[in-house]
Parts: sequence; C-alpha cells; structure tokens
Amino acid sequence: MTLWLVIIGTCAGCYLLKLAGLSAPRRLLDHPLVRRFAAAVPVALLAALIAVQTGSDGGQQLVLDPARAGGVAAAAIALLLRAPFLVVLVVAAATAAGLRLLGL
Amino acid sequence: MLSPPVRDGLGMGVAVGLSGTAFGAAAVTAGLSVPQACVLSLFAFTGASQFALVGVIAGGGSLAAGAAGALLLGARNTLYGLRMADLLPWRGPRRLLAAHGIIDETAAGALSQPTAAWARTSFVTVFASIYLTWNLMTLVGALATERIGDTDAFGLDAMSAAVFLALIAPRLREGHRERAVAVLAAAIALAAVPFLPPGVPVLLASAAALIVPGRGPSGRSGGDGAAAGSGGDGEDPARGEVRT
Repeated sequence: MTLWLVIIGTCAGCYLLKLAGLSAPRRLLDHPLVRRFAAAVPVALLAALIAVQTGSDGGQQLVLDPARAGGVAAAAIALLLRAPFLVVLVVAAATAAGLRLLGL
Repeated sequence: MLSPPVRDGLGMGVAVGLSGTAFGAAAVTAGLSVPQACVLSLFAFTGASQFALVGVIAGGGSLAAGAAGALLLGARNTLYGLRMADLLPWRGPRRLLAAHGIIDETAAGALSQPTAAWARTSFVTVFASIYLTWNLMTLVGALATERIGDTDAFGLDAMSAAVFLALIAPRLREGHRERAVAVLAAAIALAAVPFLPPGVPVLLASAAALIVPGRGPSGRSGGDGAAAGSGGDGEDPARGEVRT
C-alpha cells in the first residue's frame, strides 16, 4: 500500500516537474547558477547510481559482484567504441550472464 | 519518403523504447508488481527516475529516499521544458499532453533540428515511438521476469547501470568538468554507503555538482555545457545526448 502511494507520488512529481519547465518564465534559465547546477546534477546522480549499483550489495555493504562489474565494464568499452544504445545494453547483459555461467 | 526528423525519431524512439524491457525486469526483481511497473512507465515516463526508484527499493532502502532520488533526476526535465517552451507553443490540453513527453531523448531530438517545424515533428515522433515501445516492453520485461524468477542469470542486473552509463556517456565526452563531477559523485556515494541508509548516498552525491567549480581560474568557459552564449565545447546540454 505504501509502495503504491510512493509510486503515485513519484509519477505525479515527475509529471509536474516536466510541466513546470514548459510553463515557467523562460528567463529563469538565464541565471548562470541554475544552468550550471542543472547541467551537472544528472551527471552526478547517474554516476553515483552506477557506482552504488556496481560496488555495493544494494544495502550498506561494499562488495564487488565480479559478473556485474564485468558487464558494466563491457558496456563502458562498447560506449568508447561508439556502439548504439541497444548494443551497449545487450553487451552488458551478455557479459554478466557469460561470466556467471563461467562460475564467477 | 519519411522526412529526416521522422526517420531519425522513429529509429531513436524504438531503440530506446526497447530498453523498457530492462526496466520491467528491474522493477519486478526489486519487488514491484507488474501493474506497479507499468504505472511507473505510463505516468512517470522518465527512465532514469524510474530506474533510480526501483534501484533503491531493490536495495531495501527507504521509499522516501527512492522517491527523492527519482524526483531529483526528474528535475532535469524541467530544464528541458524551459528550453523547449519556444519550440512547443501549444496551449491548453495539448500543452498538458506535450509536457508528459519532455524527456532526455525528445529534448535531444527536438533541440538538434534546424527549424521549429522540424523540431515539433521530431518531438511528436520521438515521444510517440518511445511511449509506445517503452510501455509495451516494460510489460513484456515485467511479465517475463515474473515467470523466470532469477534474472541475474541473464545479466539483467548489469543492464540498469549500463543504461545510466549510456545516458551520461555523451556528457562525459564533453569536458573535464563533467568527468570530475562524475568521479567525485561516485566517490562520495561509495564512501557514504556503509554509513547511510540505501538511497541516501546517491542523493548526497548530487553535492558534487555544486562542489566542482564551473570555470577554471584560466577563464576557460566550456566544459559544463551550460555557459551562456556559444563557442565552448558542448554548448547545448541536450545536444550531445542524441543517439543513433
């Protein structure tokens, strides 16, 4: 039940954030601090998510799952080679699955 | 013949939408029901936020921290909306509908078009194609995972980190500042993991966006992709995110 409330709240919040941008006065974007923070926040959050998902058990333990880390590393290599989005995802999953099959 | 914004838009829309499979799988693995996964894709409809929420839930983190992370990530859509307000001049119900389509991919597509008409065409094409495939594939991924059970054997757990990596890759290529922010944020998050409840380390890491200075003492203005005017590397934050 609580989970449903959080999901509905997240949906409403995400939509209102989108609508706010389309409806807000455009000069808000002229503020350099707003632009700077806005440009960097997604990079910070996503990098942190990658680190936590790769380097922890999802809880409070720092552990490296070798198969998962291998999958993420393979994705990074695919991105360096400018592979398309879907190829990157398939490479990540296939590498992690392959490493697990090998017993890692 | 399809016009270029339609052709490119369909290609990007379908490719990105297919990764909805990974979201559906991640959501059910985290303990969400199939309807819950589908409601998120239908009504939140912004991939990174959705992955962030289920990632925290999967780790047993507090729901509040998960929702806060999702909304912080969703705030970048506000910025895209500000930038696209001139290109999408609709009012009333059409604006309410268009707002739902403001995400990374539609912004990247629309903002890279040479004319306003093409920008609108691109927006509508990318929005429609991603919305349909993303939601359909969320359902497929969620149902499949419910049947299969252990999705780790298929490496699906590595996929959501790969999605995040693909989303920030164009930004990391842009400049030193983005890379510094990314490395610092990752370090902050990992250092905080043993001490804070799940979900909170990621929120704390957003401080990296404020800590790393925007301009060096040499007066170099590029790098953060948001310098006013033009000329620096990556003058348009959304532009670099166009994928093929």
